[in-house]
Amino acid sequence: MDETNQILRELRAAIQEYDAARAGALAERSLAEGIPQVDSLAAMTEAIREVGEAFGRGDLFLPDLIGAAKALEAALPVLRQAMIDEAERPETRGVVVLGTVLGDVHTIGKGMVSALLTANGFEVHDLGVNVATSDFIAAVRDRQARILAMSALLTSTAVQIGPVVKGLEEAGLRRQVLVAIGGGAVTAELAHALKVDAYHATAPGGVDLIVSMLEDKAEAGLA
Amino acid sequence: MTGVEPLVSGTLTVLSGACSEVAVGGSGPTVLIGERISPSGRPALAEALLREDLDPIREEARVQVAAGAAVLDVNVAAPGVDEVRLLPMAVRAIQEERDVPLCLDSSRPEALAATLAVTRGRPLVSSVRADEEDLRRMMPLVAAYGTSVIGLTMTTDGIPQTARGRLGLAERIVAAAEAHGISRDRIVIDCLALAVGAERESALVTLEACRLVRSELGVNLVLGVSNVSYGLPARSVLNAAFCTLAIQAGVGSLIVDVARVRPAVLATDLLLARDEWAGRYVGAYKRGLFDIFSQQGGARG
Repeated sequence: MDETNQILRELRAAIQEYDAARAGALAERSLAEGIPQVDSLAAMTEAIREVGEAFGRGDLFLPDLIGAAKALEAALPVLRQAMIDEAERPETRGVVVLGTVLGDVHTIGKGMVSALLTANGFEVHDLGVNVATSDFIAAVRDRQARILAMSALLTSTAVQIGPVVKGLEEAGLRRQVLVAIGGGAVTAELAHALKVDAYHATAPGGVDLIVSMLEDKAEAGLA
Repeated sequence: MTGVEPLVSGTLTVLSGACSEVAVGGSGPTVLIGERISPSGRPALAEALLREDLDPIREEARVQVAAGAAVLDVNVAAPGVDEVRLLPMAVRAIQEERDVPLCLDSSRPEALAATLAVTRGRPLVSSVRADEEDLRRMMPLVAAYGTSVIGLTMTTDGIPQTARGRLGLAERIVAAAEAHGISRDRIVIDCLALAVGAERESALVTLEACRLVRSELGVNLVLGVSNVSYGLPARSVLNAAFCTLAIQAGVGSLIVDVARVRPAVLATDLLLARDEWAGRYVGAYKRGLFDIFSQQGGARG
């Protein structure tokens, strides 16, 4: 148990010290020691959440956020692969289509949401940045996505979210997919006006919200 | 290479207001384009725009011109704002307030068309990307109104990570403009500053792209500076240093928070022989612009 705690502590520290190589190695070690992946993921999520919160407060800055995200991304595939390999959890919690809207090339928030959703057992299809409305809609249809997550960092590009929502309605896809939005230019008011399902000001908060909304749906027998 | 010939250096891009004129390029002063008339990241301004309250914009115009802005960027894009209606209104309000050339900043050609019809003088149209669709819909507008245009070295696929890649897109923009009869002096290329906090070498790539585009194509350059410091503390310190480096790399106009970077820009212009007899530098000193740097009020400190 002490050994487990020690590894998880070191994993957290590796992320908060932006040590990608050590984070990857510790993820491997956690598997070798038989630590449940969920526990390792929780430790990593906690670590990056703390960095994100300190960024929000102005105690840490963009290089910290990027460094921690890179360390997280180094450790994630190791755990994710192990999860896929394990027979008892072959299925994912659902398909996510995600991207930054047309005209916008910001990657950081989107990357965090992508990593955290992957960490939570979703199959994430990251369409990248500057994604055209029609590409979002085609991906939701072709991948039979349960979740569509869009990011917009500029007020001039936040206006691209509306057409995607409208396109989903026109394509008859709106009811099958939970639409989540975020990014610096997105506000709760905008989310409300666009009638999207989920909005959060932070990446970890947004992912928690998506997970809890899907659980509620499942409980209500809708999913 | 698209077979585009370089221009002789010193070609001027001339922008005008009702009676005012500003030249980018050559050996003249670096042109500061005030960035603050934009609702991006400024919820109070976005809210005022939604109410069609243009007073905050008039105020920003006065303050920025007083701070040394030679050109004002005008952007009204915010969720819920009808740019086709509001951008012309904003331009009228600003031009009633101060006579400086404007930079009409919108991604919507309809809004730019409606605004160009009511703008006095020859503004700068901001902006066109290097992809076929954007070039096709924007260039006729620029040609018809005889304005200058900012070309961004990006496409719908994003921003090339290398300086050579950005040069390639600048060549494409120049070729498309010339095909529409828009001469090279009316094209101002933006090699795009990205957050240096996210990618250690991003500012180096931008500066190298600026040097390449300037030397290979001879066009004038503009740079939206403030992105470079996103996510870092004391942003003005970084922005001012980046202005200095950009000017050295051949950038003749900067989109900036003018009041915060002007001391650094005046000093750089002087050092690079763009301020004869140090006239503008000393003038700014006499008006108290450098008081925070010389606490005794004396120049010898």
